[in-house]
Amino acid sequence: MDVRKRNRVSVTGREGGPVVMLAHGFECDQGLWRLVAPELEKHFQVVLFDHVGAGHSDVSAWSAERYSSLDAYAQDVIEICQELGPGPVNFVGHSVSAMIGVLAAVREPGLFERLVLLTPSPSYIDDGDYRGGFSEQDIDELLESLDSNYLGWSATMAPVIMGNPERPELGEELTNSFCRTDPEIARVFAKATFLSDNRADLAKVTVPTLIAESARDTIAPREVGAFVHAQIPGSELVTLDSTGHCPQLSAPEETAEAIIAFVQGP
Amino acid sequence: MTVSPGGDQADGSWAAGDRDQEQLSFSALLEDSVEDLYENAPCGYLSTLMDGRIAKVNGTLLKWLGYRREELVGHKQFSDLLTIGGRLYHETHYSPLLRMQGEVSGIALELKAADGSRLPVLVTSTVKQDIDGEPLLIRTTLLDARDRRTYERELLRARQEAERDRERLQRLAATLQRTLLPPILQPVPGLDVAAHYHFASSDEVGGDFYDLFPPAAGRWAFFMGDVRGKGADAAVVTSLARYTLRAAAVSHPVPAMVLASLNTALSQASQEDEPRFCTVIFGLLTPQGEDGGFHVVMAGGGHPPAVLLRADGSADYVPTPGGQLVGVVPDAEFTTATVDLGPGDTLLLYTDGLTEARTPRTCERYGDEALLDFARTLAPVSAPGAVNALTELLDSFGEGLDDDTALLAMGVPSVSPRPG
Repeated sequence: MDVRKRNRVSVTGREGGPVVMLAHGFECDQGLWRLVAPELEKHFQVVLFDHVGAGHSDVSAWSAERYSSLDAYAQDVIEICQELGPGPVNFVGHSVSAMIGVLAAVREPGLFERLVLLTPSPSYIDDGDYRGGFSEQDIDELLESLDSNYLGWSATMAPVIMGNPERPELGEELTNSFCRTDPEIARVFAKATFLSDNRADLAKVTVPTLIAESARDTIAPREVGAFVHAQIPGSELVTLDSTGHCPQLSAPEETAEAIIAFVQGP
Repeated sequence: MTVSPGGDQADGSWAAGDRDQEQLSFSALLEDSVEDLYENAPCGYLSTLMDGRIAKVNGTLLKWLGYRREELVGHKQFSDLLTIGGRLYHETHYSPLLRMQGEVSGIALELKAADGSRLPVLVTSTVKQDIDGEPLLIRTTLLDARDRRTYERELLRARQEAERDRERLQRLAATLQRTLLPPILQPVPGLDVAAHYHFASSDEVGGDFYDLFPPAAGRWAFFMGDVRGKGADAAVVTSLARYTLRAAAVSHPVPAMVLASLNTALSQASQEDEPRFCTVIFGLLTPQGEDGGFHVVMAGGGHPPAVLLRADGSADYVPTPGGQLVGVVPDAEFTTATVDLGPGDTLLLYTDGLTEARTPRTCERYGDEALLDFARTLAPVSAPGAVNALTELLDSFGEGLDDDTALLAMGVPSVSPRPG
């Protein structure tokens, strides 16, 4: 099996520099890193990839049984690291990929130099004293939104192709792939993302870890960031002055700075 | 027709009156201010800062939601107006798309009104940029989508129902198929047996069948058959054929007579618009003394001939020529062939899915000759070895294999060389 093709792995940036691997979350595909990747490429060798089922990954490698738990995604990350080898990588995981990175680093700590967890949440569902922010019914509503909207994707894309003459970097290639996911795959990934509980895995992380949370994030609120920080021994926490769950889009400069400072740090 | 000048005049004055009227309504239209158009447009308007805080909202949307302007402007975010599931969707899809593309259109979301009721809307947003091209604010239009959403829910419900039905159908087909094939082949002392069934479709029951069973102590019977067609009708014939063959094998220890019984049963069951027939090879195995091996008597009714793969490496068809389709004519004739299976010999039965499959390279039918050539490369081979090799061959056809295909191989284990 060709791991590079399966996950559409791309390697860019400074050859011989520290390797920084950027993992997209439940949201869309590796295109989500477009605004921070150029800055990171000045310092690092940047590895981008799509999770199986997302973007331009090899969809034939996807199956509902395999990809209904985050373990499969973590295994894929491990395989990409082994394929890239031999040195350890700095892994930046956004949203659910933060937890995928945690699982991979717990299983194979030798493959990881550092972890950057961008807007992580180990569990989205409220449980006793823990405030994940959501109930299972809320997740059902999300699944309903996914079901209501996949029909619209082609309609969403069409005007966009014509509508951005002033932003050529958002060309046809991007608009055709970005966020467009098979509804069945999106549903399985949504369940794996929002119904997983990885709180117990945090304490097992031995790799130096930075938690980068967004100041105003309804999906991973600040108390969740504080929880992750408290659970991972010796971790650092930085709060980005950004709104929303995707600081790499809403505050790309600041996000890139935080990653660079941590990867180059002592 | 005569037209009087007076008439013309009258028409002219009417036309002048129309024009005046038009003029009047046009000026009325001009007095419809831009503000009023914004406030009372037939859709909701909302402008937010890039962080989502509501900066401006029109009267229509306030009326829909039952909020006062001051409750929203400067206090709430657009996502606060959504259901929690919608908020998740907004954060994970809508907002990133808007950031990346500058525009998102026609997304179905639900708004939460002040009284807790929900309003389905279709949402479109564009990012307004300042003169330097920096994103300044997000303009959003919301269309009342109650009827639209009801319709879409119906579609969604119909799709989910269709998916459930399909699953049920597949389960039913799989269950039925299992009843038509032996779950495991009974072990026959001194004989290796292997079988494989390729299902062409998970939605329909296939028409191929086989079995191996003892009709009486010390004797064994086998059959391999193919009912034309698929689905419920084919299953009816398959089921009838199986039970008739099993019962007839007990009462008549002569293969041609067993097929004659099946012929009668199928002819009787046939109706004018529903002819019921099949192709079958039926055989009896009798163990041969102490040296091992079996004497095989087979009768064929329109079925592809069995292949004998011998211990000496040769392979040939065992023809059962002239045998007619079973169930078509009342007094059909069936031919009998006999074979002695010695140590290292294997007898292969199959259905025409194998020979009629299209090969991926040439797209032509695989054919009888190719099968015989393949058998010659295999021989000598054990029964499991033959079935494994043929299963791989079937897999290699890919989409060229579009029919159900059954394989049944019976072989006498070769005598292991005695230590010298």
